[in-house]
Amino acid sequence: MSDDLDDLKAMMQAATPKPDAEKKAADIALARKNFADLQEARDGARQTSDRPKAGLFRGVTDMLMRMNTRGALTATTALVALGMVVVVPDWQNAPALRGTQPVVTEADDGLADAGLRREAPVPNAAEELTLDAAPAEPAPTAEAPRPAPEPQMAKPELGAETRRQAAPSAAQSIAPRELEGYAGGAANTTTVGRIAQPDADAATALPESDTEAFPEAEPNALKITAEEPVSTFSIDVDTASYGVVRSSLRAGTLPPKEAVRIEEMVNYFPYDYAAPEGDAPFAPTVSVTDTPWNPDTQLVHIAIQGEMPPVEDRPPLNIVFLIDTSGSMQAANKLPLLKQSLALMLPQLTERDSVAIVTYAGSAGQALAPTVATERETILGALDRLEAGGSTAGQAGLQQAYALAGEMRGEGDVSRVILATDGDFNVGISDPEALKEYIAQERESGTYLSVMGFGRGNLDDATMQALAQNGNGQAAYIDTLSEAQKVMVDQVSGALYPIADDVKIQVEFNPAAVVEYRLIGYETRALRREDFNNDRVDAGDIGAGHQVTALYEITPVGSPAQMGDPLRYGAAETVRAEADELGYFKLRYKAPGQDDSQLIEQPIVESGEAVTEARFAAAIAGFGQLLRDETYLGDWGYAEAIALANGAKGEDPFGYRAEAVQLMRLAESLSR
Amino acid sequence: MTVSDETLATAAADGDAAAFSALVERHYDAVFRLSFRLTGARAEAEDLTQDVCAALPGKLGGFRGASRFTTWLWRVVVNAAHDRRRRAAVRARYAEGWGDWEVDRRAADAEVAEAVDWLTQAMRALPEELRDTLALVLDDMSHAEAGEVLGISGGTVGWRVSEAKKQLRAMRAREEDA
Repeated sequence: MSDDLDDLKAMMQAATPKPDAEKKAADIALARKNFADLQEARDGARQTSDRPKAGLFRGVTDMLMRMNTRGALTATTALVALGMVVVVPDWQNAPALRGTQPVVTEADDGLADAGLRREAPVPNAAEELTLDAAPAEPAPTAEAPRPAPEPQMAKPELGAETRRQAAPSAAQSIAPRELEGYAGGAANTTTVGRIAQPDADAATALPESDTEAFPEAEPNALKITAEEPVSTFSIDVDTASYGVVRSSLRAGTLPPKEAVRIEEMVNYFPYDYAAPEGDAPFAPTVSVTDTPWNPDTQLVHIAIQGEMPPVEDRPPLNIVFLIDTSGSMQAANKLPLLKQSLALMLPQLTERDSVAIVTYAGSAGQALAPTVATERETILGALDRLEAGGSTAGQAGLQQAYALAGEMRGEGDVSRVILATDGDFNVGISDPEALKEYIAQERESGTYLSVMGFGRGNLDDATMQALAQNGNGQAAYIDTLSEAQKVMVDQVSGALYPIADDVKIQVEFNPAAVVEYRLIGYETRALRREDFNNDRVDAGDIGAGHQVTALYEITPVGSPAQMGDPLRYGAAETVRAEADELGYFKLRYKAPGQDDSQLIEQPIVESGEAVTEARFAAAIAGFGQLLRDETYLGDWGYAEAIALANGAKGEDPFGYRAEAVQLMRLAESLSR
Repeated sequence: MTVSDETLATAAADGDAAAFSALVERHYDAVFRLSFRLTGARAEAEDLTQDVCAALPGKLGGFRGASRFTTWLWRVVVNAAHDRRRRAAVRARYAEGWGDWEVDRRAADAEVAEAVDWLTQAMRALPEELRDTLALVLDDMSHAEAGEVLGISGGTVGWRVSEAKKQLRAMRAREEDA
């Protein structure tokens, strides 16, 4: 043995094996994939739109626009924190903010500083291992500002205990050092107990982004009764679209057309419909009134009111909150608002109910084991510890949540997974179709899925829709605490207790009375005619106390509003001569958990004066069509919609309808 | 003429996937070789290489072009190796890896096997700093370069190498006496 270095080298050379070719290929593929993922995450959050901003923030915004994603995200959060400080003077005294950066002028400096760092490094969230502190090159000190050493992300661990330790450090290290105080401040101050100001979102206008995705659907076309007398659709109790429309209008832009789903806007509002009597879980009411925007057509108003079982008769409930804690959830109107919303919901539950929390970011983990719903402190504590950071492994989260819901299931219980997200599923299944399939499969287990959307910027409305529709659930969009109150408190029974599954509506129009008809909205809910009687075809579900409204615009025979010319040679005459019936209404539903459907049917006949509720629904339907720029309204515009809605406000105890009128006025100004 | 590592790395940091692929393919073998010298076992080296490959896209943002790309890359590997050692709480796992490796290797080449077996095992017995330093220097790296990777001066590298050699010699002597 020689101790000569060259000998050692030679020995080492001989000892070193050749890398395995297969392993090499796999490793390189992994590196490429991670690289692609990283670019995707980067592109996802990059701000691109150049919508003009209000003066004060313009400079800051311009700087943010030039930054890379994580830097931008954290700086946006800082901006939000700043907005909070400005809007809510009390927060300056909040203990968690004290000692970080409570002074607004300093905050400005911090942001300017961040702006200089255009190449703010991207933390490696999805990364499976935690390498040591990134190698800091011995860079010459005189060099221009360079990106700070890459912040490290603690590996997300399964289990509440480890998460608790990992989370805070993750939240802190996400920010370049200069911003740490702000990021931490934003995360810390928005605790469960504190109430966010609904106005705050006005100060922190929408993050600009082009990554929002909305389902594409053409407006329902006018149908000629003689050619296609039957119209079939699934009911829809979602309300998400109205929330999105509202947040867009409040931020000073008209919503994208594809974000406007008229049925969801109409169904957002509580209506005073007749309660069901007898055994049926709900009562349909069908009325025919004049169309506000066209004197020559009529509006068929189909109203369904679900029964409201007394609280003590409700089955025990198992809720698994599946909470997105990815980095994109960090904004004040996302995770912090979500925590507050869930805290609001807790008092609605009883000691027979249980709650569990699963979170997902880079990986999925259980943040709270199944806990009796009255153990408020435990649940709130677990909520409080949630921190945002990492990418979005939505699929792993869903799988774990469904598994947990399965474990919690008892005899006669209702199990529901409530997914709270900004809609971004960038790890695992990211194709809405594949997700749909997975959820449709899980639906068979009897677990319901509801989706709550938070925040704007990369809201994936299309995925949320797909999830809720296929998971036997409801999609709602929560932009303010008052919206959370509506969804999680006022209407919590409807959101949690199903009273009927797979509710389908089929209307057959009488060609002797109606030449043309058009279903307003429900574009994403159309069913094939033969699917109505096929119990294997999935459709929407109704929760306790839910209300569903559907509107048809019909053109009576002989009306000048007829669009299509009559056929020269006429149609085959097989029409029954019952011209007093405009059509026939049929509805199928299944009792929860049953496989066979029940049928409710009734003829549609002329009725007299439009009641307040029908007129308000018509006003909202008109509003939605205006936002979608549909051609059927003629000269009827926002002014008429406002007048109609104002005259049909009814009792409106919570001011929802008054708010709608405000939005119409905003839209009127913005559309000029 | 080939594009320099530094140019590729800068392009990759800006999101050029082709540049990134080229970079990884160019240096994979060297990363594996260093990984082996740092860990002393094929299985360990493969794991370490995979770790480095997985993390590299994210790390790349930290490459600032102030030093050679390879110097930066070796530092990533050395840090990753430290990290692995720290996380490997169960020492038994190491032993197992060594056992497997030894069996394989002996089957391959008996003569070289003995010497290398001794060297790599002896290196494992060295203190961590000495082992890392030696691994880099055995990789045909100058003392100055190794020092840059480890964040120490070239002089310190020289001292560590001679210290390592001294300890190896002492180990050898003990074994021969025994």
